[in-house]
Amino acid sequence: MMSETAAADLKLIVFQLKDKEYAIPVNQVRSIEKVEHITRVPRTVGFVKGVINLRGVVTPIISLRSRFNLEEAEYNEHSRVIIAVMKDMEVGLIVDSANDVIDVAPESIEPPPEVIGSEEADFIKGVTKIEKRLFILIDLEKVLNPEELAAQDGKGFAG
Amino acid sequence: MEMNQYLEVFIEESKEHLQSCNEQLLELEKNPDDIKIVNEIFRSAHTLKGMSATMGYEDLANLTHQMENVLDAIRNQKIKVNAEILDVVFLAVDDLEAMVQSIAEGGDGKRDVSAAVEKLMLIEKGESPAQSQARAETAAAIAEPPGPVKSTYDDFEWTVIQQSKEQGFETYEISIALRADCLLKAARVYMVFEVLEKSGEVIKATPSVEQLEEEQFDQEFSVTIVTKETPEVIRQKLLKVSEVDRIDVLEVSMGDDISREAVKDEGTLQPDVEEKAERASEMPKEEKKAPAAKQVSNKTIRVNIERLDILMNLFEELVIDRGRLEQISKELNNQELHETVEHMSRISGDLQNIILNMRMVPIETVFNRFPRMVRQLARDLNKMINLDIVGADTELDRTVIDEIGDPLVHLIRNALDHGIETPEVRKANGKSEEGNVILKAYHSGNHVFIEIEDDGAGINKDKVIKKALKNGIITEQTASALTDKQAYELIFASGFSTADKISDVSGRGVGLDVVKNTIESLGGSVSIDSKVGQGSIFSIQLPLTLSIISVMLVEIEKEKYAIPLSSIIETAIIRKEDVLSAHNQKVIDFRGKVVPLLSLKEIFEVPSDNHEDEYISVVIVRKGEKMAGLVVDSFIGQQEVVLKSLGNYLTSVFAISGATILGDGQVALIVDCNALIR
Repeated sequence: MMSETAAADLKLIVFQLKDKEYAIPVNQVRSIEKVEHITRVPRTVGFVKGVINLRGVVTPIISLRSRFNLEEAEYNEHSRVIIAVMKDMEVGLIVDSANDVIDVAPESIEPPPEVIGSEEADFIKGVTKIEKRLFILIDLEKVLNPEELAAQDGKGFAG
Repeated sequence: MEMNQYLEVFIEESKEHLQSCNEQLLELEKNPDDIKIVNEIFRSAHTLKGMSATMGYEDLANLTHQMENVLDAIRNQKIKVNAEILDVVFLAVDDLEAMVQSIAEGGDGKRDVSAAVEKLMLIEKGESPAQSQARAETAAAIAEPPGPVKSTYDDFEWTVIQQSKEQGFETYEISIALRADCLLKAARVYMVFEVLEKSGEVIKATPSVEQLEEEQFDQEFSVTIVTKETPEVIRQKLLKVSEVDRIDVLEVSMGDDISREAVKDEGTLQPDVEEKAERASEMPKEEKKAPAAKQVSNKTIRVNIERLDILMNLFEELVIDRGRLEQISKELNNQELHETVEHMSRISGDLQNIILNMRMVPIETVFNRFPRMVRQLARDLNKMINLDIVGADTELDRTVIDEIGDPLVHLIRNALDHGIETPEVRKANGKSEEGNVILKAYHSGNHVFIEIEDDGAGINKDKVIKKALKNGIITEQTASALTDKQAYELIFASGFSTADKISDVSGRGVGLDVVKNTIESLGGSVSIDSKVGQGSIFSIQLPLTLSIISVMLVEIEKEKYAIPLSSIIETAIIRKEDVLSAHNQKVIDFRGKVVPLLSLKEIFEVPSDNHEDEYISVVIVRKGEKMAGLVVDSFIGQQEVVLKSLGNYLTSVFAISGATILGDGQVALIVDCNALIR
């Protein structure tokens, strides 16, 4: 019984935003990078901060703070870019810091509380508690929802 | 056997053989009496049959087998080649192509081939497929005779046979029939093998040894053996095994690379035995001729395009590091370091050329499906058309090749349907009944040109304008001012079709605007020239490669952008006073033309501190005939850059067509001038 639970354990990467701890399954993460030069991409939604050169591949970067409607913060030496993978997309998520990996049993993940009252509620898949720490499991699919990126079509300017 | 590793090779080779079948069949249609061509097709079909049987694709093998029989009959002049027969063979090839495609897409390659098989069998019997309807039922009844025992040999086995021969061993294919009342078939098989293994070496058994041991065969099986004994001795030895009904020993000679059906000798003579024997004796001769006829092939290996992309990516990393090294070496001012870095730069330059060249593919891969298509269309349209292909060896980047096929199909269909007239009309106009379409590709500078020329009716300008007016594409006012060329361009407008009646081939008015869009998205352009009564030329201009382009790097505040040189007419620095205003739009007078000014700073919402300069830097860009001046802060210079996409997340960013990585490792965005000018 014990071994069965252990085998099904979920490995999560823990990261911080403002004063909360979030988690994302390790299989959705390709790598964790330091924040380097970001090239701004004009006329796209606010949370898309631009693109970076990730070992020769141009990778878009979004700010999770901005995505969750938290106030923006300056990047510092703790800031990290989590390169997340979904289907055929690779997107970097800027977080305040990322330095922990935890194992949780899937059954310990509870659905998000109904009245959470914060803006990021839409992006939450569930919460889990280990000792006194509360981890918020994010829903990558909703965070990266491409529909919110669409309709950025501009108009021509001349001719 | 683990087949997966061979699957890719199988698919690639099958495609090649099918392509060769297609080409040779077209040749055959022109020279119906040329037996050499039939042999060529036969060889392709045969190899294909062998491969598909080895890989376990039965439908594929079955259909090729029937096709082979027909070809064999043609070769032996039992039946005469005509268009109907070729139609059926073409249909069979289509079926084969569909099956190979299905396998390539991960399917099982199964397909209902009974219709094609049946038609082929009728032809083989010397009946015209036209009569086949009436005979369909009887034919269906005999459509699937139990498959005769036969062996095909793969390359390895052939090598063994060849080597044994060189050492004085003979190879025999022995068919053994057990008595129908035989109870312990597996035991008899064992005994047969024991006898054979004493006489020589068994190199192949059909069905396989495992299947034989499990009694998965009816009464007959065949074994191929390499031995020094004579056929008669082997025969006698085998007949000593009880319950063996019949033994046939057949010599497998070199070049006899066909899978023979075991010839039965004891009263069960089938009507086609003679034919088979004839084929068997005839084959070696022809096979010996084959190597001479075969074209000289370069030694090549197949490499997955993905690996080349990875190689390219790694190389780009290297280029970026090279830039850094050059910088450092300049700062340190050390002679030895200088020399080393310089040498490295030269080598990596060569390397870049080689890597880029590896991605180049002859446009033949796209062109070679057109003869077949034109033949079919010409028949459908009841027109007589001759297609000439020039410059099929012109090389283009793989990415362009992948995209250019569909637009070309559209244009060729268009030329056939709307361009070339029917034979009667052509005759009435004093032209030869056969229309000519020339498909031509050639290099010029950094571009590849593809032209589709027909000697048909040409484009009727008035008809085009009338149609455009009717469809609301232009107004009366603009119509009167149109030049010939501008009028022709109208047929690329969406929702335009000049055909009086809608045909299957083209004429739904969805074709040509798609063509234009596709070509422009590849960084190319398409233009038309036409003379009424003499024909039209559609000319496509394409960049050699999509992965490396020349750009002008510009700076706007602290951001760098790349503007493709292909869009740039020139750069200019103008004084602030020279900027005029018209209808709330800033314009400049550029060589007598009024050109609107666009501030990239505003368009790209670049954060700025709003200082004003006395002079402004302008890049004059164009889209077709239209121009615009892009205002930037400064020019950095011209550079060759590697084009990269922004990925699947950021799919439609306004006025940005992609990105590139600069020498310092930063990403610069590439401006899409086509989106800026409308």
